[in-house]
Amino acid sequence: MNRIHTLFNTKKERVLSIYFTAGFPELESTMEIMEAIQAGGADIIEIGVPYSDPVADGPTIQDSNMIALENGISLKKIFEQLKGFRAKIRIPVVMMGYLNPIMQYGMEEFCKKCKEVGVDGLILPDLPMQQFIDDYKALFEEYGLVNTFLISPQTSEKRIREIDQNTNGFIYMVSSHSITGAKAGISEEQIAYFERVKAMNLKNPRLIGFGISDAETFSKASEYSNGAIIGSAFIKTVKGSKNLNEDIQKYLKSVVE
Amino acid sequence: MIKVDEKGFYGKFGGAYIPEMLHPNVEELRENYEAIMASKEFQDEFRGLLKDYVGRPTPLYFASRLSEKYGAKVYLKREDLCHTGAHKVNNTIGQIILAKKLGKKRIIAETGAGQHGVATATVCALMGMECTVYMGEIDIARQHPNVERMKILGATVVPATSGSKTLKDATNEAMRAWINNPVDTHYIIGSVVGPHPYPEMVARFQSVISEEIKWQLKEKEGRENPDIVIACVGGGSNAAGAFYHYYNTPEVRLVAAEAGGLGVNSGKTAATTAKGTPGILHGSKTILMQTEDGQVVEPHSISAGLDYPGIGPVHAHLFDVGRGEFVAVEDKDAMAAGVELSKLEGIIPAIESAHALYALNLIEYSKDDIIVVNLSGRGDKDLETYIKWGKY
Ligand SMILES: Cc1ncc(COP(=O)(O)O)c(C=O)c1O
Repeated sequence: MNRIHTLFNTKKERVLSIYFTAGFPELESTMEIMEAIQAGGADIIEIGVPYSDPVADGPTIQDSNMIALENGISLKKIFEQLKGFRAKIRIPVVMMGYLNPIMQYGMEEFCKKCKEVGVDGLILPDLPMQQFIDDYKALFEEYGLVNTFLISPQTSEKRIREIDQNTNGFIYMVSSHSITGAKAGISEEQIAYFERVKAMNLKNPRLIGFGISDAETFSKASEYSNGAIIGSAFIKTVKGSKNLNEDIQKYLKSVVE
Repeated sequence: MIKVDEKGFYGKFGGAYIPEMLHPNVEELRENYEAIMASKEFQDEFRGLLKDYVGRPTPLYFASRLSEKYGAKVYLKREDLCHTGAHKVNNTIGQIILAKKLGKKRIIAETGAGQHGVATATVCALMGMECTVYMGEIDIARQHPNVERMKILGATVVPATSGSKTLKDATNEAMRAWINNPVDTHYIIGSVVGPHPYPEMVARFQSVISEEIKWQLKEKEGRENPDIVIACVGGGSNAAGAFYHYYNTPEVRLVAAEAGGLGVNSGKTAATTAKGTPGILHGSKTILMQTEDGQVVEPHSISAGLDYPGIGPVHAHLFDVGRGEFVAVEDKDAMAAGVELSKLEGIIPAIESAHALYALNLIEYSKDDIIVVNLSGRGDKDLETYIKWGKY
């Protein structure tokens, strides 16, 4: 069984997923960061594939993408770094990346490599649902990769239902209408949206992301969903860290405490 | 047949590859733009403003001294005489009326050279709408007069400080701003790029160019179809406008002049079809300049308006099926062509448009051919560049 399904079968609350940018802060940080995320108590690792033009991302992740590219990261390199990672990492791993670098690598080759190294799922934010259904759904299934779509407060109920039908991992609820980047607190308006989606009784678990940064926002988001995703706040922790393992574990403990 | 399909594709190119957060906005536009554009109310307002505010129809001018030099009948479609100095305003007039009909209160836009930014700030002033223009930090420094023009017109100019700090990053910033303000804001894209329906919508607003060429040429030459139409291609909106009503008239040759920069193989170029490969940029599948790893490459052109790493999907399709002839014009040749037109016809063209003029030297034609060159803009904004160039 896919590790993502196993996870949500056994854990339904306070699931924590951590996004990091591959190749940042150093080209070879990837494995060290993944091990620290697991040791810190997170449940899912999201590997960000850097791209020159990340339109859904705020300054923190844009910056980490730029630096990672300057460091010389590429998909080819990422797969080299991931070779054999399953000897150390047992939790689910998801790849998150914009479509263009993956298309240049070759979608089928990409899926094949993901399966080979032990990746469980994909989040491709600029792959629209219809295109996924027409072009890639069968391919993802062939390689045992679960697919995650995003929804936002503007997504209509009808479309959320369609997305739920075409997802088999989890649904990524973007917490507000915004790009990535930590914001202070969670507003009444956001809570109304979380409750509205919760009441829809979707078949897939839901994780809330964008603007989740600490114990308080993580707990708040988890009240209305199966857990949350942290990206920018994690990148800030990693940036300038002198001891990745220690700083990451300390940060994650402060979140899940 | 050159025509967009239901999913927004021209052959292999197009579509709407956007994050889900943008889906509601883009979908709202897609569902409504055709009906709004077809309504009499819209057409009356659009046509009225094009006539009285923009100054259309723009002349189709027989350039006799240029014709003599090149040994063909060369006509210039004078988009340089549009209000604000370029064809860009045809599109911004159309989109702002559309935005009003959709109930939007704010406008955002990206700009490179500042021409589209000025055209957007202009129509926002005209309609009393709030306007924010995203512009790369580097472009703000090198196109300062246009920055001030936008400010005089009441717009806020926000520097794009991400990535390479030029047009592609300004476009990224505008898309991010739209994600952050999805309900009351309309994004006026400045060329035939972006997710469906933008490329087709912008092309339709610009198609007034070829609509006019047809009847104007009929008046002057007794025929609607020239032998050749030439236009420069940055994103490709003036070219799409000049080609639009000739797409499916195969006897009319369509010539697209891309910016060769310092030379197609110099590493400093914006000749997208020569150096690019298929991929996704700013929401559509098209041809773009990128590394083997799929990272977008920063282009170079002496003209800021052509300094873009992609082309609109319709042009990728014209290239792919061989309907368009694509030529690359180097910086130095475009400058020479700009100076030549100034001396021969008393018209100082925008450097973008000068690329189209130089294409006369790169294509084959016969003596009796009627050639229409789309003169997309005037050279006022480029005076600094001409002065620095110095060879006049
Ligand atoms: C005068 C002029 N021509 C051409 C262009 C290029 O744009 P497009 O290819 O969309 O016509 C610009 C863009 O700023 C321009 O100002």
